[in-house]
Amino acid sequence: MLPLVLRRIMATIPVMGVVALTVFALLHLTPGDPAQLIAGDYATPQDIAKIRTTLGLDKPLLTQAGIWLSNVLRGDLGTSIYSGLPVTTLIAQRVGPTVALTLLAMVISVALAVPLGVLAAWRQGSWIDRVIMIASVSGFSMPVFWLGFLLVWVFSIWLGALPVQGYQPLAEGPWQFLRHLVLPAATLSLIYMALIARMTRASMLGVLGEDYVRTAFAKGLPPRRVLLGHALKAASLPVVTIIGVGFALLIGGAVVTESVFALPGIGRLTVDAIVRRDYPVIQGVILIVSGVYVLLNLVVDMLYVFLDPRIRY
Amino acid sequence: MSAMHRRAFLAGTAATAAMAAAAPYVHAQKKGGTLKFVPHADLKILDPVWTTAYITRNHGYMIYDMLFAPDADIRMQPQMVDKYTASADKRKWSFTLRDGLKWHDGQPVTAEDCVLSIKRFAARDAVGQLMAKSLGKLAPTDKKTFVLELETPFGLVLESLGKASASPCVIMPARVAATDPNEQIKDFTGSGPYKFVKDEWQPGNKVIYVANKDYVPRKETPSGGAGAKRVFVDRVEWHYIPDQATAAAALEAGEVDFWENPPIDFVPRLEKNTGLVVFATDPKGNLGTVRPNSLHPPFNNKKARQALLYMVNQQEYLQAVIGNPKYGRPCPSIFICGGPFETAGGAPKQDLEKAKRLLKESGYDGRPIVILDPTDSPFAHAPALVTAESLKKIGGVVDIQAMDWSTMVARRAKKEPPAQGGWNIFHTWTTAFDIVNPAVNAFINSSGDKAWFGWPSSEPMEKLRTEWVREPDAAKQKKLAEQIQLLAYDEVPHVSWGQFIAPSAFRKNVQGVLQFGATILWNIQV
Repeated sequence: MLPLVLRRIMATIPVMGVVALTVFALLHLTPGDPAQLIAGDYATPQDIAKIRTTLGLDKPLLTQAGIWLSNVLRGDLGTSIYSGLPVTTLIAQRVGPTVALTLLAMVISVALAVPLGVLAAWRQGSWIDRVIMIASVSGFSMPVFWLGFLLVWVFSIWLGALPVQGYQPLAEGPWQFLRHLVLPAATLSLIYMALIARMTRASMLGVLGEDYVRTAFAKGLPPRRVLLGHALKAASLPVVTIIGVGFALLIGGAVVTESVFALPGIGRLTVDAIVRRDYPVIQGVILIVSGVYVLLNLVVDMLYVFLDPRIRY
Repeated sequence: MSAMHRRAFLAGTAATAAMAAAAPYVHAQKKGGTLKFVPHADLKILDPVWTTAYITRNHGYMIYDMLFAPDADIRMQPQMVDKYTASADKRKWSFTLRDGLKWHDGQPVTAEDCVLSIKRFAARDAVGQLMAKSLGKLAPTDKKTFVLELETPFGLVLESLGKASASPCVIMPARVAATDPNEQIKDFTGSGPYKFVKDEWQPGNKVIYVANKDYVPRKETPSGGAGAKRVFVDRVEWHYIPDQATAAAALEAGEVDFWENPPIDFVPRLEKNTGLVVFATDPKGNLGTVRPNSLHPPFNNKKARQALLYMVNQQEYLQAVIGNPKYGRPCPSIFICGGPFETAGGAPKQDLEKAKRLLKESGYDGRPIVILDPTDSPFAHAPALVTAESLKKIGGVVDIQAMDWSTMVARRAKKEPPAQGGWNIFHTWTTAFDIVNPAVNAFINSSGDKAWFGWPSSEPMEKLRTEWVREPDAAKQKKLAEQIQLLAYDEVPHVSWGQFIAPSAFRKNVQGVLQFGATILWNIQV
């Protein structure tokens, strides 16, 4: 397995390189001039030109790409055109809320969705199955921002039980940390709950029809043991894939949820940077996120080995 | 404007002004606490001389002090300056600083700091550059005094030193002011009422300031940006909340105390909340503008620009953009109504038939008139739609192009013909401070290539503006301003679509909010 892991890690580098160059090209093809935005409305063309020179934006594109790539290879993702802070600092400031939100949303999703999916599969065709499936369709049909505002109205404004917005780091107290994350995590988790429940149900239905499962029931094993001990493990591969993909997508930032709840996460950092044409930040974030995405896929592939003993790399 | 609407606007501003007059300067001060403030934008750039962005200007007001500052009537009052003298011909000035002024690191503020700060400001700012052209000598004479001598007349010395927007003339330590004007500063030591806590700054999320306990305020009652800058809170937190519904909910829930600029359509709901106050922090407000491109047809022809003038009905625009008559009113003055150079001279009423005739006489050939429409900016998007419809009524063919603000900012800088990526019209707005007189008013700058986007060219206008800048006598300045307005209504470098206020909202426990053309957060108790 180790050679596979090393090969996959090495393969990440050209993938990230292609992503980086593609994003660089797309950014510079998009209309917009960060020098103008930075200078403000009443700057003169001469001021704007000087800013462009200071930021290196007047150099040929290939030169700019070369400079950026050579810096990246030295571990330097550059500095924000606006704030002058290193891109790594900006990402480090934002990664905490994003990881916290992602983890909590996925924990809620998996903890609720997998049992519901198993239950729906076991009671296929019954009212339980139908209720769970209707709820899951509703879940991923609801717009995230609408759901977020609805939860804010109920729990923050009407009941006054939870905060409207903001993020408290764990270091400032676990209770406030959780209070600020519950609503955004619940908002995000509904979609993933719906997806995971449906995938679990579909996968379980395939496995529950297998001979060995029928044999297990025939031998008198309790249903819980058959479902959770035998069937779920075999059905878990596609579910783990969905969870992994969901995790990777969330790490890239859930910008709508972050905006609704004013969470300072990677999603908002990226969107703010795009709106302002803060090229180093956009490039840096996408590079990091693409690397994380590839590595998470590797982790999911490794998990297959533990879940399915037939899989060997 | 109908009499009813004018009454509503004036009643609204009078009520809020009365509230401000009654409560701002409280003798029995409640000290301590944290003010949680939601700014209109995210603070990313920290150098208020390097950029003209308003959010950075507001940051500047927190941590820096100024030699002079405009009061509520936009008259310059000494701030850091204790006393000053001027020669009879207003060519030689001497300024002496107040006692007790210190930087945040405890070092005393000196005349040298002031001199270098003024030089850096003058290298970047348009009005500062005008002053620099006339400047002969700017140097300290001792630790607290510096002199300013002009080689040629310049009537805006105090207005430059107390310039409130977009780049204010803030005073920095000499070592910081020595930074190349084309580079951003990296040291944020100021001498203002608050200190910036850089370690807690998270761009896109929050900015933290703490009270400067060593600040020595003036003794006068606060008025506009002048007078005593007393700080009653320990800490100010700027929380950037990008979603407006979330900001409204946070204000109502008490998670934040003060929202700088709620959208106008949120205001009725906020006004109904008995725990909140909706307040016009800037009673002079903003002026919206329709800006034609004078480089290309049809608006390279004066008659076509005049057609725009007779096409615009400010009431229609205000209805579409603002909606609430309390917060918008027509204004015939290009130097904003309520300002020191307000004048109604030359302002026409809407006349669509005349507009149609003028457009025809200009030789307009029916080519599409490209209007840039930044849909993410309500004060630019809504007027674009009104202009498009109005142009059609006077025989114009319209090509309205939707985009975001960032794209519009880049596109309006293009001088190519509209069919090759340029433009014919864009819309924007500006605060009162930035159009209040002929020197700062970028919209009437008619220096052609060197002018603001739109590039109008008019030698008579530039001659009058130069004359105004050089004129030290206030009465003569007023007369010149009137002449400039008359010429502006003939040359039409831009057309105003109305004056409007963007009110603030805060919780009732917030006391002492001042009225000024930029957001200032001293004098406040929570």
